[in-house]
Amino acid sequence: MARITASVYTSHVPAIGAALDLGKTGEPYWRKVFAGYEFSKAWLRDNTPDVIFLVYNDHATAFSLEMIPTFAIGCAAEFQPADEGWGPRPVPVVKGHPELAAHIAQSVIQDDFDLCIVNKMAVDHGLTVPLSLMCGQPQAWPCPVIPFAVNVVQYPVPSGRRCFNLGRAIRKAVESYDRPLKVQIWGTGGMSHQLQGPRAGLINREFDNTFLDRLIADPADLANMPHIDYVREAGSEGIELVMWLIARGAMSGEFDKRAPRVAHRFYHVPASNTAVGHLILENT
Amino acid sequence: MALDKPYQDVPGTTIFDAEQSRLGYHLNQFCMSLMKAENRARFKADERAYLDEWPMSEEQKQAVLARDLNWCIRLGGNIYFLAKIGATDGKSFQQMAGSMTGMTEEEYRDMMIAGGRSIEGNRVVGEDGNAQAHRQPQGKAGRKEAN
Repeated sequence: MARITASVYTSHVPAIGAALDLGKTGEPYWRKVFAGYEFSKAWLRDNTPDVIFLVYNDHATAFSLEMIPTFAIGCAAEFQPADEGWGPRPVPVVKGHPELAAHIAQSVIQDDFDLCIVNKMAVDHGLTVPLSLMCGQPQAWPCPVIPFAVNVVQYPVPSGRRCFNLGRAIRKAVESYDRPLKVQIWGTGGMSHQLQGPRAGLINREFDNTFLDRLIADPADLANMPHIDYVREAGSEGIELVMWLIARGAMSGEFDKRAPRVAHRFYHVPASNTAVGHLILENT
Repeated sequence: MALDKPYQDVPGTTIFDAEQSRLGYHLNQFCMSLMKAENRARFKADERAYLDEWPMSEEQKQAVLARDLNWCIRLGGNIYFLAKIGATDGKSFQQMAGSMTGMTEEEYRDMMIAGGRSIEGNRVVGEDGNAQAHRQPQGKAGRKEAN
């Protein structure tokens, strides 16, 4: 049977992708960001899964205001890097895993989460920047990736509680897949940041670090935090952090109220407008 | 019964809810069109003519021409859509975000390197933080425009 072996959490700031693509990683400003991922790249080389289930949000790229799915699962064989206005990032095409994606869709929808099934979708920095941070600049990504897009653009976004429970349903779906695949689930976005209005540039270190502590040790309780607390304390775009609860909910149930093994933890301010947070949790 | 909108007392912040989305539909869809290189070229060649192809309000068009992102947001724009205009202009997300604060690019970058904007005084309308209405504009860029 398939199983979830680990969960990875990281911010997905577009400027990080630009820094990599434009060869700026050696600059002091960016060195401090990338230093936090040196361990992670080695860890992923040693622990390459068969599939990555990557939770992210589309930033008005594949989904305009014509359609705004709350949860969308990518079931295609491949996904092209999007042109977000600066031209497409020079990164590998993302290969999907249609069989496992279809299995998860069928299982999770029957568990009362109404996923939107997507068979054609360009993927933006929300998905490709985490891959770049964890893999560097390879010719091909190390394994297939199932993109899972969450609406955090038009309010209301799904609640933390719903995200956490969705993670549980994804875990159940993976564990009922017949082939013995090792699956990692990644939750991306955040941490505190605001990209709009006179409050742009907001950073809240205390909130972010408390969020990391609670995500590790007591996610079932953290999932009760209402939207307004994210907006007020972590900035209007900090609400992306609800996506981390999907990945955390997919870890073994025995870790709902206690900490799994923390392989890595990193926090740094700033990358562009944003606080960068990063965790690797192992399901052992 | 009216919907509960507890986010309306967060200073310097507009939440892109269904009402804002309805107001800004054509403005945001215009922005989406800039994800195609040929549309970016046509927009840059004659901005006014390109905007006139869209059923946007005259005020929305003026806000785009002025590159006033706060104005665009008041009229229903969302930053992830508006970012396509900035990308077309060759601006980074940091330049775009900073432009909404009244700070110069340098002032805003320095604030971020120093740890970002503090949450203190910026949680609820009526406090005294630097994102509050009575503290605008925040930097030299805004003061220059005001003169």
